[in-house]
Amino acid sequence: MTAQAILASPTKARRRPWVQHSILPGFGLSLGITLAYLGVIVVLPLVALAIRPWELGPAGVFHALAAPRVLAALKLSFGLSALAALLNAPLGVLLAWTLTRYQFPGRRILDALVDLPFALPTAVAGIALTAIYAPNGALGALAAKVGIKTAYSPLGIFIALVFIGLPFVVRSLQPVLQELDHEVEEAATTLGANSLQRAVRVILPALGPSLISGISLAFARAVGEYGSVVFIAGNLPGKTEIAPLLIVIKLESYDYAGAAAVGLAMVAISFGSLVAINGLQLMLARRGRA
Amino acid sequence: MPENSLPTADTDPAKGASPLSLEISGVSKSFGRFPALNGVSLQARDKEFLALLGPSGSGKTTLLRVLAGLERPDAGEVRFDGEDFLSIPVRRRKVGMVFQHYALFRHMTVAQNIAFGLSVRPRRERPSKSDVADRVADLLKLVQLEGLGGRFPAQLSGGQRQRVALARALAIEPRMLLLDEPFGALDAQVRRELRRWLRDLHDRAGVTTVFVTHDQEEALDLADRVAILKDGTLRQLGTPNEVYENPADPFVYDFLGAACRLPGVVEDGRLTVADWETKAPKDAPQGRVDVFFRPNEVMFAPLDGAGLAAEVTAVAARGPDVRIECLIEGKTFELEARGPGIPSGVAPGLSLRVKPLRPKVYPARVDA
Amino acid sequence: MTAATTASAARPISSVRLPGLAILLVLASAAVMAGLVLLPLFVVFHDAFAKGVGKYLDSIRDPDAISAIKLTLLVASIAVPLNAVFGVAAAWCIAKFEFRGKSALLTLIDLPFSMSPVVSGLVWVLLFGAQGWFGTWLIDHDVKIIFATTGLVLATILVTFPFVARELIPLMQDQGADEESAALTLGAGGFTTFFRITLPNIRWALLYGVLLCNARAMGEFGAVSVVSGHIRGLTTTLPLHVEVLYNDYDFVGAFAAASLLASLGLITLVLKTGLEWRHAGELAANRRH
Repeated sequence: MTAQAILASPTKARRRPWVQHSILPGFGLSLGITLAYLGVIVVLPLVALAIRPWELGPAGVFHALAAPRVLAALKLSFGLSALAALLNAPLGVLLAWTLTRYQFPGRRILDALVDLPFALPTAVAGIALTAIYAPNGALGALAAKVGIKTAYSPLGIFIALVFIGLPFVVRSLQPVLQELDHEVEEAATTLGANSLQRAVRVILPALGPSLISGISLAFARAVGEYGSVVFIAGNLPGKTEIAPLLIVIKLESYDYAGAAAVGLAMVAISFGSLVAINGLQLMLARRGRA
Repeated sequence: MPENSLPTADTDPAKGASPLSLEISGVSKSFGRFPALNGVSLQARDKEFLALLGPSGSGKTTLLRVLAGLERPDAGEVRFDGEDFLSIPVRRRKVGMVFQHYALFRHMTVAQNIAFGLSVRPRRERPSKSDVADRVADLLKLVQLEGLGGRFPAQLSGGQRQRVALARALAIEPRMLLLDEPFGALDAQVRRELRRWLRDLHDRAGVTTVFVTHDQEEALDLADRVAILKDGTLRQLGTPNEVYENPADPFVYDFLGAACRLPGVVEDGRLTVADWETKAPKDAPQGRVDVFFRPNEVMFAPLDGAGLAAEVTAVAARGPDVRIECLIEGKTFELEARGPGIPSGVAPGLSLRVKPLRPKVYPARVDA
Repeated sequence: MTAATTASAARPISSVRLPGLAILLVLASAAVMAGLVLLPLFVVFHDAFAKGVGKYLDSIRDPDAISAIKLTLLVASIAVPLNAVFGVAAAWCIAKFEFRGKSALLTLIDLPFSMSPVVSGLVWVLLFGAQGWFGTWLIDHDVKIIFATTGLVLATILVTFPFVARELIPLMQDQGADEESAALTLGAGGFTTFFRITLPNIRWALLYGVLLCNARAMGEFGAVSVVSGHIRGLTTTLPLHVEVLYNDYDFVGAFAAASLLASLGLITLVLKTGLEWRHAGELAANRRH
């Protein structure tokens, strides 16, 4: 509907009390496209995901999820993702700090390269990481000498998850570090704080909320990650089998409901942890303002 | 002239020299629960320069946007030259709107900005390329920006951008010019310069102009008539002189300049304020009243003279003026005097009398 | 550049003056980046050329590789324009209008970012697979979605559709509707206003979003892996081709194909960085991917 039509007939806008009148045209058209697209691309598939597991009945869903192999896979995926996201915190703070606070040759290139894990297709990262950490790979051989198995073990999965999660933390922190008021640091200095005290008592608390949001983004990405993990994982049931792979395996045996149950469980757990993390973040932000 | 008259009574068309061109009646508009305009009616004469004056949230900008066609009122009528203006879509109204932050097209040069309104006309009505170029050149000359047609908005100063916005609005030969806080984003120096220039431009262009401002000095200095709004209602409409000399209510009095206020009583044509009694102004309400006067419209007298008993608490000279801080009836007032009006020997501790020269009287309000 | 020159030139921007610590931190950052991020990139090209340029070129000219490249281009050429149109439409109604249910819409748009790519593929199988809701109907009417190009397109769209919208919404909210309102008062119509005022104002952000969307669409693995069926020469996109070769122990072939994808990633990175440097103001403040 065009704006002219709305203007010409005062009753028309009345029929849409949920939208504030605007002179700009194209609301109906753009909202129509948006809703139709979202309906087909997001809502319909999600409805299928939410409904199909229950073909098994509540008990069936419970059994599908409580199977040792499924539980092990979920534990592995969520546990390693959390660990990887936590390691990303210090690495991310380090990178964000050096990139925003120091001027050195190659800084802008290093900055651009932080996005490489985003830009590199996951399958490419997957086979490259595997080649590096396989027993005959550059770093894998080194680790094997001291008796550590990297590829085809949880450690390999962990490394892949750190790789893909790193940009999230760095990119969440950079804008905050850039905008952090120098005067606040200078004030702390005039009050006698040394650099360590400034870092721990002034800068870190200011970073808190965005650090948490970076960690939670890295975590969410890691939980669902498939391409960069599946090659290095080894995929031993119960040991190094990640939850997304289990979905693929169940689909290959035409266990749609079982696959949907695992998928739904993953979405639910991710969603739950994101809500919890958001709550924590809100709490921190509120304290920061007070 | 009657006091406390209906705000629109001054606008009797019979009194005007030129015919009415803009008639706004009963216009209301809410945003969600917030009523931005509440039954506003006012008129403007042809080629008039009308100011919509009020504090923020008074609805003045909303009213301007209704005139432009950018907001559609919930109720009411707007007629322009007798035509039902609300039924004309914004793009056919031919109003020249100058936005508060100018809304220049940032990816177009100054010349392209000015030419935009001509270039989007239907092919049949579109002037030729050379006509457009001529018109742009004329307008650049009019707003004194010759030679800057190739610049981008980001390369201009605030005052220059404002003039580009004005030229762009004038390019479509508007039936009415609408300006939203035209000087709001400029510094004081540029403001003053542009003010007179805008008035000249209006007089030369001869187009009905409505502008929004929250600056009373600007409105009184520039406009033919001033409409004062508050909380979505029209409080008063009149020439700058009328509204300044005869504010319709305490709000208008207060808004148009520094005001001093004391409680008083009117009885049998006499006004009593504390220990001072005088003849009540014509048409003053009976009973308890609020008395208003301007701090520079007072006469100082010795203690045995007439006026309000006051004690001077501080004195400060500001150029030719002297600011005298007085305690009257337990309240502190900052009064002004100059030249012979300065009481002799004024100093903190001095007791004297203060006589408001032109007190205004309104029915008492309960609040503080 | 050697580590020593990096270190000696490192100096703090801020009031924190501790050159020793600064050098240490810069070196540590460089080490993290080199070991974790740059090494895999290096390995891709190293292993691709491990057996010489000839073997590399043979792998890329292999008919299966060619058809994988073609399929990848085809899928992206459908998914990316559709997502761009959606992104512009969604940003227009969300950024320029006030209506109820807007935040629900934003949540729906963000959702794919927090969903596993495998789930993004799974949902299409649940709908259109042999035992999917519409499976029987599709078989009866001889329509193939899963294990066919359509399925690959749908899975790719679901994974990549937020990129353009997320880039445009904050920018257009920031720009407000003043310029469009001005155009309307000057007599411009809806389409003129959109094409002459709105589009030029968002062009760099749109390009940026399309760039990211395209990179992800061409490189997507998990979602398409679920719906593809891995039929060589028919439903294997380039990333799936990498997987197939790798599982066949054809490492040169796998890394050769991977090097093409890595190059795509690098080109995207260069263009994206260039856009960020030159048009920082016109790109959305939050660079969340």
